[in-house]
Amino acid sequence: MTKEVLQPLAKPVYGAGGPTGTWRSQRPVLDKEKCTGCLLCWIYCPEAVIAREDRAIDYEYCKGCGLCARECPVGAIAMIREGEEA
Amino acid sequence: MSISAKLTDMPDHELIQRGTGACAGCPSPMGLRIVGKALGPDAIMVMTPSCAVASIGMMPKSCYDVPVLNVCFASAGASAAGISGALDVQIAKGVIAGPKPVVFNWVGDGGTYDIGFQGVSAAAERNDDFIHFCYNNEAYSNTGVQRSGATPLHAATTTTPAGKSEGKKSMPLLMLDHAPAYVATASIAYPQDFYKKIAKAKDIKGFRYIELHAPCGPGWKFPASETVEIGRMAVKTGAWALWEAENGALTINAPTLQLAEGKTKPSSLEDYLKVQGRFAGLMKDAAKEQAIAVMAQGIEKELADLLARSKR
Ligand SMILES: Cc1ncc(C[n+]2csc(CCOP(=O)(O)OP(=O)(O)O)c2C)c(N)n1
Ligand code: SF4
Ligand code: SF4
Ligand SMILES: [Mg+2]
Repeated sequence: MTKEVLQPLAKPVYGAGGPTGTWRSQRPVLDKEKCTGCLLCWIYCPEAVIAREDRAIDYEYCKGCGLCARECPVGAIAMIREGEEA
Repeated sequence: MSISAKLTDMPDHELIQRGTGACAGCPSPMGLRIVGKALGPDAIMVMTPSCAVASIGMMPKSCYDVPVLNVCFASAGASAAGISGALDVQIAKGVIAGPKPVVFNWVGDGGTYDIGFQGVSAAAERNDDFIHFCYNNEAYSNTGVQRSGATPLHAATTTTPAGKSEGKKSMPLLMLDHAPAYVATASIAYPQDFYKKIAKAKDIKGFRYIELHAPCGPGWKFPASETVEIGRMAVKTGAWALWEAENGALTINAPTLQLAEGKTKPSSLEDYLKVQGRFAGLMKDAAKEQAIAVMAQGIEKELADLLARSKR
């Protein structure tokens, strides 16, 4: 019997579930002027796609769930239909 | 030791790698992000079949930046206990250097309340050294939303299309009666409370149980944007209670404590139920008012029992 260490079968990477940004029908758009930096959107985003520093959103993986817009206490995030201008 | 759970003080560490296989608005990765921040990178996760497993992504990729072992339901307690015990031996023999990584289960309500119950119960009784997290989305969501022991009264699932005729069991209290060092309930809507409880559990040796209330949009029939709001409503109506017990001493946490003490009025239970499609049948029922009144009485009794237990 070999005593080799079993290598992990899967490794952590972005997009393990695919390019999940393509799932989106609406996209969150941040109004930097309104944002107070409370970080609620950052903590609630299930996909961890909101940057802590400036709340920039990674649209490659954002699924468009709308939780960030729903939970922002000052309405700094709007949900815009994909294909339409902000 | 006081634990800061200010959002600005929470660690950057992300257990969740973006682009997961989870549904939009899923509470499981949301909860796991907090777990990752509280436990740090030196941890090992064990999972039973669930949405959290289906979310991992496509081989050979994983959305979890932590070693993960997928095990069968029946070994919900034994696998984590085995890993934890093996680490103890390896550290004692000097095969690996300490400190010991935190071993934890991330298991659904089906895996905890029902199919894995014996394994979890046995691990608690042996006081095996790991944290069991139950993320409770009140159904077998991954297989198409069948009823579980955590599904509440009147909720429609694919196996209870006319609404469940039984209530849920009190799994956190059942775990408390196993007398482990730490038992807590938490909610996806209160990430700071959840974080503090995990950080506390991390420093305790032996079996620890934390159950996270995790509203599931596809299962409960509500839009993805409402996961947090519905979790919040569950707590504010008293339908989900926040508490923790250290060495058996139970403390009710805010805002559940204020409800239990009668200092704040619970939010409308009907408002909580009517935003969830799984209660649509109940909402159309002629006996709706009476049924909701019975549910509210059940909540009142549960809170009174918790309050009495907290004063023991
Ligand atoms: C012994 C056994 N029975 C049934 C299944 C099928 N199964 C896979 S996932 C799942 C649902 C688990 O529900 P829960 O633990 O609540 O997790 P959720 O899917 O809700 O996240 C079931 C029944 C299985 N894998 N093994
Ligand atoms: S929740 Fe709103 S105000 Fe707070 S950090 Fe996010 S965008 Fe800014
Ligand atoms: S829409 Fe959802 S996935 Fe996208 S940034 Fe907001 S919370 Fe995150
Ligand atoms: Mg479940």
